[in-house]
Amino acid sequence: MKFSDQFEARFSDMLTHYPTKRSVLVPTLLYAQDEVGYLSPDVIHEIAQRLDLTELEVSNVISYYSMLTTKPRGKFNVQVCTNIACMLRGGEELLDHCKTKLGIGHKGTTPDGTFSLEEVECIGACSWAPAAQVNYDFHENLTVEKMDKVLDEYRKN
Amino acid sequence: MADVNITVDGKKVTAPAGTLLIEACKSAGIEVPSFCYYPNLSLQGACRMCLVKVEKMPKLQTACTTVIGEGMIVSTDTPEIHQARKGMVELLLGNHPLDCPVCDAGGECELQDMTFSYGAAESKYIDAKNHKEEQQWSPVVFFDRPRCILCYRCVRVCGEGMDVWALGVQNRGVSSIIAPNQDDHLDCEECGMCIDICPVGALTSGAYRYKTRPWEMKHVGTTCTHCADGCKTTLGVRRSDTGMEIVRGDNRDKSGINGDFLCIKGRYAFDFAHHEDRLTQPLIRKDGRLTPATWEEAFELIGKRFREICDQVGGHAIGVFGSNRTTNEENYLLQKFARVVLETNNIDHHRTADFPALAAALTGKPEITASMRDVFNAPAILLIGNDPTEQHPLLAWQIRNNVRLHRARLYVINSQPIKLRRQAASFIQIPEGSEGKLAAFLAGEDAAIDAITTEEVSRAAWITLRDKLRGEPNLVVVFGAEIRGADIASVAKLTASIQGAKVVCLGDYANSRGAADMGLYPDLLPGYHRVADTGKFHEEWATVPRAPGLTLPEMVEGAKAGSLKALYVVGANPVEQFTIDPFSFSNSFVVVQDMFLTETAVIADVVLPAANAYEKSGTFTNTCGDLQLVKKAGEVTGTKSDFEMIVRIAGAMGFDVRRLVPFGRGVGTDMGQSRGAQSGEADRHAVWLEANGLEPKMSSFDPMAILDEIQRLVPGYDVSRMNILAGNDQHTTLSSSGPGALHDSKLIMPAQDNLFSSGTLGRYSRTLNSVIENRHKQPAETEVAAD
Amino acid sequence: MADLVSHPDEVKVVSKRFGKSATNIDRYLELDGYKAVQKALGMQPDAIVNLVKDSGLRGRGGAGFNTGMKWSFVPKQSPKPKYILCNGDESEPGTCKDRLIFEHDPHSVIEGVVIAGIATGSHAGYIYIRGEYRYLLEIMQKAIKDAYARGFLGKNIFGSGYDFEVYWHGGAGAYEVGEESALMESLEGKRGIPRIRPPFPAVVGLWGGPTVINNAETLASVPHILLGGAEWFAKLGPPKNGGTRLFCLSGHLNRPGVYELPMGYNLKKMIYEVGGGISGGRKLKAVVPGGSSCPVLTADEIDVSMDFDSMMKAGTMLGSGGVVVVDETTCMVNFALRIMKFYQHESCGWCIPCREGTDWLKKTLTRFHHGGGVKKDIDNIQYLSENMLGRTFCPLGDAAAMPTISIVKKFRKEFEDHLEGKPCPFEKAGVTEPAAVLA
Repeated sequence: MKFSDQFEARFSDMLTHYPTKRSVLVPTLLYAQDEVGYLSPDVIHEIAQRLDLTELEVSNVISYYSMLTTKPRGKFNVQVCTNIACMLRGGEELLDHCKTKLGIGHKGTTPDGTFSLEEVECIGACSWAPAAQVNYDFHENLTVEKMDKVLDEYRKN
Repeated sequence: MADVNITVDGKKVTAPAGTLLIEACKSAGIEVPSFCYYPNLSLQGACRMCLVKVEKMPKLQTACTTVIGEGMIVSTDTPEIHQARKGMVELLLGNHPLDCPVCDAGGECELQDMTFSYGAAESKYIDAKNHKEEQQWSPVVFFDRPRCILCYRCVRVCGEGMDVWALGVQNRGVSSIIAPNQDDHLDCEECGMCIDICPVGALTSGAYRYKTRPWEMKHVGTTCTHCADGCKTTLGVRRSDTGMEIVRGDNRDKSGINGDFLCIKGRYAFDFAHHEDRLTQPLIRKDGRLTPATWEEAFELIGKRFREICDQVGGHAIGVFGSNRTTNEENYLLQKFARVVLETNNIDHHRTADFPALAAALTGKPEITASMRDVFNAPAILLIGNDPTEQHPLLAWQIRNNVRLHRARLYVINSQPIKLRRQAASFIQIPEGSEGKLAAFLAGEDAAIDAITTEEVSRAAWITLRDKLRGEPNLVVVFGAEIRGADIASVAKLTASIQGAKVVCLGDYANSRGAADMGLYPDLLPGYHRVADTGKFHEEWATVPRAPGLTLPEMVEGAKAGSLKALYVVGANPVEQFTIDPFSFSNSFVVVQDMFLTETAVIADVVLPAANAYEKSGTFTNTCGDLQLVKKAGEVTGTKSDFEMIVRIAGAMGFDVRRLVPFGRGVGTDMGQSRGAQSGEADRHAVWLEANGLEPKMSSFDPMAILDEIQRLVPGYDVSRMNILAGNDQHTTLSSSGPGALHDSKLIMPAQDNLFSSGTLGRYSRTLNSVIENRHKQPAETEVAAD
Repeated sequence: MADLVSHPDEVKVVSKRFGKSATNIDRYLELDGYKAVQKALGMQPDAIVNLVKDSGLRGRGGAGFNTGMKWSFVPKQSPKPKYILCNGDESEPGTCKDRLIFEHDPHSVIEGVVIAGIATGSHAGYIYIRGEYRYLLEIMQKAIKDAYARGFLGKNIFGSGYDFEVYWHGGAGAYEVGEESALMESLEGKRGIPRIRPPFPAVVGLWGGPTVINNAETLASVPHILLGGAEWFAKLGPPKNGGTRLFCLSGHLNRPGVYELPMGYNLKKMIYEVGGGISGGRKLKAVVPGGSSCPVLTADEIDVSMDFDSMMKAGTMLGSGGVVVVDETTCMVNFALRIMKFYQHESCGWCIPCREGTDWLKKTLTRFHHGGGVKKDIDNIQYLSENMLGRTFCPLGDAAAMPTISIVKKFRKEFEDHLEGKPCPFEKAGVTEPAAVLA
């Protein structure tokens, strides 16, 4: 299993931050997922080995955190918040729009692998609702039209 | 610790400081319900069933996580508490499939009991239940996911108790689910502890599921017949076409030396008893072929031939081979039969540990053998050799849990990186074969240090370790068969030199220790009394040959040479175990008592179908020397206990069986041999007894008469009979035994069984075999932090 | 990057460096940065604790416990290392304030962590930032690096002889991890299951060592208290409710945004003046005063002072500062459903009442909102919520129960209007698919 140099540097650095190896697990999984796209059996095996954990322990942790996934996702994961603050300002309509536009449902991925869609819980953009995250980028005060533009921008990349 | 006074439901309760409220209540007879709380496992506070009202606390508190404090005033049963618990049960039943009529746990289910107690009878929900398919995790473990209430007992017992960590919790919230370590199946020791500890029917046993209802079984508490640790087990039996069938094994009342524990063999491997190859009628070789015959024919033939040989050549022309899995009473009877009836010392057995050498080394020492309970309670343990995880599962459990619960210091010295090193405060690997030198060094022989000093372990490190061990009062020293003969004296010396220290010698089979204690040796009488030395046995039995008899290899040689005319094999398979050329016995009259047509039985002239230890009564002595009751549970029609067969053969030889079995000599109770779980057995005995003009009340087939003699004559066995009969363990001691003997170390052959094998019994256990087949690969031991 | 807003009533303390490029360490120093920590280094630890205690600073995460008091629980002597843990796992629906602090003023959090460390005799601190806030984690990583480079962190900070390490840590999506003991579990690389208490984190926390866990806003307030004094800070708000708060106004408002207002600011004023009133001139129906875990207030109940004690008296909580304003066009059944959907999704599953209770409530509310409700459901929703309240392993169960109970109680009529197959009166026809009415 090969990770990027940046990953390795950060991993070694993080190991020095804690009294136990295991403590690096959660952020490490997210960084690994960023590189590989998902937490494949190989990634789980590798990280378990590095941290003296069983693969079961690692997958128990993965399955707890909603950002971590063991299934491949699209290049751009569109996460539309529908929690109360966003819901009051059209979050659900925005999600429905994305579903129609992308032709996929919650946790679906477009056939070309460009987009995945996810309905997510509060992302901390309540005062700028409705909001969505594409991968880690925040898009706020959205309307259906603005959402279209956002998606089009990503599609171009 | 200081005592703390609290008030529970108006009752004054006193308990040591640090006691959990739930335990303090229990000690006062007040039951606080719980699912997730389990003694000796980590606290969870998850099921919220044990909510109680503690004065001055705003919310209800969980009794399982609350430590008692002075003056605490607690209510355990107010309307608020009742409603809280009822609410929990309602929620649990919401997604529960309520398939109690077909659930294995029905009738012994804690959720059922709780529903009954709190009257959560009304369903508040009209929406669909969440459903997940049942999974089979291994040949013996099934997981019915919707029945699971997520108490996490299985996860904890597997990890904390077993140090296997094969179970975890996957997902979160309502999707949370117990998950095995290999996607949808288990790679583990298959101990079944998870099934046993499951409060509901979520985890069920492949060996038991859908076989019967709990209330249709009778439950017989007895001792496991597999390894030498002597776990107490409760066998669930039920009437079948051929007698009584054993359908379940567990330690139902969590009592005895093993508490909750049983391994795969104890829990599932009782099925050899009902294997289709089980012999159910005597076989006599006629025209070169083993042919079914009647018991009368068989006994008559054996009696006649043995009598002829005794009369014509003498008893020394007959060899007797005893068993590691017959009861103490049978072993004692067998050697008495050899010495008194046949008048020979030609008796031996498959030796797996050097108990005579230990007896010799402990002569005159205070009572320094450790019981299995000591292993759980000792402040420190030194383990030399053996791999208890594989060969002594209970001992390994006791060691692990002593370390976990009592913070015992474990020192492991082994030629292999055995799994128990994970619990060890110190693990040292030594060259194979240097265990004796190690013992010598630890006992103070400095010259021995060279043999154990390696690149990894310096002389200084050894000296430090020895000093540390010497400073461990009440240490328990456990050693395997790597240490034999004269080296055992070193271990004894080390043990005796440390204040309060005790020792355990590890043998391999259910009654290996008993076989040794009962004198299945050509040179040793029961209690390691040398045959040459006169004493109470000579007085009691009148005729005991004083010259040592033949060892097993010598008997084989004698048979080849023609001097041994007959061989009497009781519950052993020497041809296979010692890879003996079966033609060695071509000219001997061979009698075999066994359950199956083993490699030895096929060359026999007479084969007698024997009952196994689950089908008879008596006692076993585990490797530590703990004496325990064996009770009759199952029965296969057409078999007899070895005890009865020995008596019948003696009778057929024209011997007065009253001299062999002193029944009626001060014995007043019946051990239950003639009254097993079934009825009617006593009647069958009665036929023979009456025909022979014997008193049917206390039969000559009842081992109690011999236990009486054992307790009278065998040193160390004078323990409380009442406790034994009540199903409790009683520690026997070696220190008051006879002088013992130093034997040729080559006569000791460890069984080399692992968790999934058990000699002949294992070969005929379908469950064990299915598990072995299912283990595609030997599990790679994973390194996880042991805590 | 979130937009900044302002209002004349604001009292800028925690937000005083917002929009002033204070992520740059030099700029931060120009704006009085790292002065407080240097002051703290010259003080007795007890004096710092007392100062913070006297300032009336209370936990900004929502529980509102006196911060100085919390620090005082840390034992002076400990065989195990002591830790400071900054809770930046902001996830309470309606709350988006810590995000602005991390984005605009990361050094203030670092400084707060170090001061808490000096006050409690700890030498290491962790700043845990939720996984979704990746860009903020990067800002924080840089800020920590810069502070190390200046000798403000690490060995012998500011040449004082005191050592203090600060580390960043990122989450991966779990509301429950915002609960302080679950936060520690998560930091230790485990599932975010809360721990049994006692022992409390101040005694047995991270890796068994005494641990102070404070919300990011709480810690960011600390340097200001050191520089401005306890009295000044305490007087910003009503008694026992010192300082200001970042209120996150959201929902049906004309000017939603994060405003820093004094503790005790009137809620009605906050909605109508600061927030610019209800959008479209519609009428107010309900307010979630401090994140979704708080019981809702009706339009008649909003003339209250936004401080911990007054809100408690009003039957709700000040919570995390997330003020979600709901107008008359909103279906409160749907609103209750959305809240429950959140808690059902975020329940860690550890204890029975929360795991099963949130799921049954979600199922029931879903069916109910879609027209499949029956009369007994209304009482049942109440009953289920009450069975959770106060009986769960951690406060998440209460958080799910409290708003639900309040909505059923205060908007019972809306529930009754949904009964017997009637479509939701607030939605356009055809939006919700009618569910079958179950007997």
